[in-house]
Amino acid sequence: MSFRIPGKGLMIDRTRPVQFSFDGKRFDVFQGDTLASALLANGQRLMGRSFKYHRPRGVLTAGSEEPSALVEIHERGQQTPNVRATVQELYEGLEARSQNRIGPLGFDLLAVNDLMAPFFSAGFYYKTFMWPRAFWEKIYEPAIRRAAGLGRLSGKHDEAVYEKAWAHCDLLVIGAGPAGWMAALVAARAGADVILADEDRRMGGRLLADLPEVGGQAGPDWAAGVVAELAALPNVRLMTRTTVTGAYDDGTFGALERVGLHVADPGDLPRECFWRIVAKRAILCAGALERPIAHPDNDRPGVMLASGVSAMVNKWGVDPGAVVVFSNNDSGLAATRRLFAQGIRIAAYVDPRAIPVTEPFPVYAQAQVTGTRGRLGLRDVAVTHAGGTSLIEARTLALAGGWNPTLHLACHRNGRPEWSERIAAFVPRAGMVPGLSVAGAARGVFSTAACLADGAASAAEALGDLGLNPPALSLPQAEDAPYAIVPLWAVDAGGRAWLDFANDVTTKDVKLAAQEGYSSVEHMKRYTTQGMAPDQGKSSNVAALAVLAEATGQGIPATGTTTYRPPFTPVSIAAMGAGGRAEGFAPRRLMTSDAQTRAMGAPMIEAGLWYRPSYFPRAGETDWRPACDREVRQVREAVGVADVSTLGKIDVQGADAGRFLDFVYTNTMSTLPVGKVRYGLMLREDGFVMDDGTCARLGDTHYLITTTTAAAGQVMRHLDFVHQAFCAGWDVRLISVTETWAQFAVAGPRARDVLAGLGVQAALPFMGCAPVQIGGVAGRLFRISFSGEEGYEVAVPARYGASLFAELVRLAEAHEGCAYGMEALNVLRVEKGFITHAEIHGRVTADDVGLGGMVARKDCIGKPASQRPGLTEPGREQLVGLMPVNQGEVLTAGAHLYNERDAATRENNQGYVTSVAPSPTLDMWLGLGFLKNGRARHGEVIRLDDGLRGRKVLVEVCHPVFFDPEGGRMRG
Amino acid sequence: MVDLIADGAARGLPVTLGRASLVGFDPGPVTSIAPFPGRAVPGFPTPGQVVAQGAGRMVWAGRGMAFLIGAPAPDLQGQAAVTDQSDGWVWVTLSGADAVAVLARLVPLDLRPQAFPAGTTARSTLGHLPVLLIREAVDTFRIAAFRSMAGSLVHDLTGAMRAVAARR
Repeated sequence: MSFRIPGKGLMIDRTRPVQFSFDGKRFDVFQGDTLASALLANGQRLMGRSFKYHRPRGVLTAGSEEPSALVEIHERGQQTPNVRATVQELYEGLEARSQNRIGPLGFDLLAVNDLMAPFFSAGFYYKTFMWPRAFWEKIYEPAIRRAAGLGRLSGKHDEAVYEKAWAHCDLLVIGAGPAGWMAALVAARAGADVILADEDRRMGGRLLADLPEVGGQAGPDWAAGVVAELAALPNVRLMTRTTVTGAYDDGTFGALERVGLHVADPGDLPRECFWRIVAKRAILCAGALERPIAHPDNDRPGVMLASGVSAMVNKWGVDPGAVVVFSNNDSGLAATRRLFAQGIRIAAYVDPRAIPVTEPFPVYAQAQVTGTRGRLGLRDVAVTHAGGTSLIEARTLALAGGWNPTLHLACHRNGRPEWSERIAAFVPRAGMVPGLSVAGAARGVFSTAACLADGAASAAEALGDLGLNPPALSLPQAEDAPYAIVPLWAVDAGGRAWLDFANDVTTKDVKLAAQEGYSSVEHMKRYTTQGMAPDQGKSSNVAALAVLAEATGQGIPATGTTTYRPPFTPVSIAAMGAGGRAEGFAPRRLMTSDAQTRAMGAPMIEAGLWYRPSYFPRAGETDWRPACDREVRQVREAVGVADVSTLGKIDVQGADAGRFLDFVYTNTMSTLPVGKVRYGLMLREDGFVMDDGTCARLGDTHYLITTTTAAAGQVMRHLDFVHQAFCAGWDVRLISVTETWAQFAVAGPRARDVLAGLGVQAALPFMGCAPVQIGGVAGRLFRISFSGEEGYEVAVPARYGASLFAELVRLAEAHEGCAYGMEALNVLRVEKGFITHAEIHGRVTADDVGLGGMVARKDCIGKPASQRPGLTEPGREQLVGLMPVNQGEVLTAGAHLYNERDAATRENNQGYVTSVAPSPTLDMWLGLGFLKNGRARHGEVIRLDDGLRGRKVLVEVCHPVFFDPEGGRMRG
Repeated sequence: MVDLIADGAARGLPVTLGRASLVGFDPGPVTSIAPFPGRAVPGFPTPGQVVAQGAGRMVWAGRGMAFLIGAPAPDLQGQAAVTDQSDGWVWVTLSGADAVAVLARLVPLDLRPQAFPAGTTARSTLGHLPVLLIREAVDTFRIAAFRSMAGSLVHDLTGAMRAVAARR
């Protein structure tokens, strides 16, 4: 049976039928329907089960504030819970399911909760599931979580496409109702860059839902004319389906646009786009939200807001059947008259006020609705009046409890609204968000004419701030009915009267909260969970605090509101994190050797943002260990090649370059001869080691320094800071050249042969550097070693990197060498006791790592702080080498060190292991670590205790340089 | 003797999706120029400026820094720090009627012509990448990013281009 009024429905296209399914049942509707209108048009008032009591629920509103009609949408592997049926637009094949039920929607097994309602009042869980304590996590919580809560997630990764974007404008107008239209029109004609954003797919606000006349035209026609004008202007951007969700600093607003959620085949369309709109000025024209009246059993399917009923009738042609209206204000009466004039059967108009009874439909003045009946949908309404109680048959009960201005965004910077007795609602104060003004119903201006005028005036004021002149513009004629209201928050007639439909909070719960001492509005909210559902209490907050105010006797202004926080409507985290999934999480930095490295089968590991090879497996090498052992041996016995381009490189120039480097390094660089390289150590300002690297002097006033891969950014930032803060006038300039040069280590006894193959004669002394020509390309050669072998680093402009790497690998292999990866690089450096950020992890001093001698007598950054008592006193943990007493045993990094017979307790801790490596050279695992007073304990046997992996190994403490301590091999 | 072969940084270009195109761009030599305190370098740009300099252009590139592109490195001994940056950056050109819409997905800058006119430059971020942008025309941008991030640059831009094209 169809509940559609012939010829009505602005939003639907009756020539385009659409089929969708709800709980597996197929329905025929029209393009332009929302899920809510589609279900109502098919007579399906029951749409879900309530949160706590599993009561049958329908739809209350026709907008994004909907608390009750929350459904799951299933599309292409996506499962989106808690979608408001009033917002979801229909498309062919849409699959929706009701949620929060066990069994069919019409016979939910958990509806038994409703019979036990007397036990489930506010605070029930806190009071009941306290004991025994251990039961909470294992028994109570899982059971409660299964029974409560709303929709379900799929449990899978959300791999759909989302989008983020920025927009900038002079004036952002939020909401395209009468006030928003006028504001945008005035500003656009003045030449301002305007963004007009509206939640709906069609702009118009109440002009579409209530059809007031504007300028002698029907509201929607007038709106269509304005759309046409604005759409044609180059300085206006109209954003439909876009909810402005938050007001942030400096005129920045967050907004969520539904991009692909309403189309059957979105193709490459993102599901949603999260906008950050930066506006010099903004006007909030978000209108007002109608509120229900809490009366007994006011939550049945079929109970709606009067504004929702009007919208369903006018926008989607839904036939509400016989309607009882329960209103305490003139707007409700006006809505009833409009519905009646449109042919809707008004079974009764019920108003607690003493209004004259002169309408063409039944009016019950000084009366209240005191109950409803109908198990899965409204059947009749109990109206109590002077003559007693009448039962009136109705399919729809329309509640009109007055209007709350939609002032949420104005409160997002913690502004508090003020109470208006005139409209019995909170209204925004001026200046709550800098640059944001509020116009129209959002500040309690309710008639269409007043909204039009207010929007225009607000735009004129904003234009003044923007330095633009408002154009002369005559306001269109429109209704200007007065608005009178006598507040009625709750009908006291026994039974349960719902305030918050989404979280199942009744007037009794709020009174109980007050009675139990939770009389502050913030405490009441948390105790009852009122306003904490996805709708954030949009239709219940004010009524709940009014009930609380009555219970405490404080009055509404003194009770105040809870805090309004963004987002205004739910925003998917996926939209805010758009593009950040998987590889989008961080940029990938690839070395010039990357393609060949992967082609050689090397597994890649991440080093900061860089991808570096772990090892280069050869036939028969099934895991890292044999490959690593072989690579180490080949470097020690022949030659190895490694891409070291990821190390930070900073070009330092100027007459004061040496002076500057002396200031940032602990050791002296100004005395370095041209053509030489020196190892250097930098401290942070707090005296701990920041980084180490090399410093090469390329010319009299030209240095090139290197940093570790991990700290390249930090060092560059540090140098910039030191330069700007302490020596801005010095003759020194810095720029990163990390990306400019591809640089490769060539290490091993046959390194020279490889270089000779490149046509480079390596006559460099240890720690020398020189310009070289490689195949006609100007490069640089450094004789430095991180392996302990005769080592060179050869650098060429990055465009030649891939080519040079290929040559080097070919040459190395021709000399019984190989390419080596990070595993071998680590073994080689551990054998030599060279430190990395595993050792200089930010909590060690130069002396701790055995480099105290590198802190020269001159001043440098960090030196004073490094001399603080705590950093110099004896007993600090010092870098040592660790060898297993039983040669075959494996050492593990992260383990702690204890005296041999001590228990593994915090008090007994002697230190920890920072790096380990399986050394094929020494045929055992080696470790580096920090040990209390370690340099004095070489030769001592202690216990390595890895509580995480359950390993205990006796180790001998030794000097951290295990191999070739004199350095004869690398000096060559 | 070996023969080294130069290699481009960006892969998978050119790409046209909808009303935006992304192609590689060869800026020629790129040299950073940072004048020492108190010394003036002729034609040195103010923030955001692009100044024609012989065959090339001086592009403001940060605090006290400009990139000379399209011309050989000048001899400014004692006047300014001069560093070759030719290989440090990957350059692409994004153009077309939707170029601005594509960039708005990734770059937080105000891209309206009055805020970012043709013939000017800005340092910003594109997604997570630090970039240098030059607006050549209303709908044409040169974008320079770190060479090692060329893949991410093309990935991010083509992703945004695809999403924008899908709206047409």
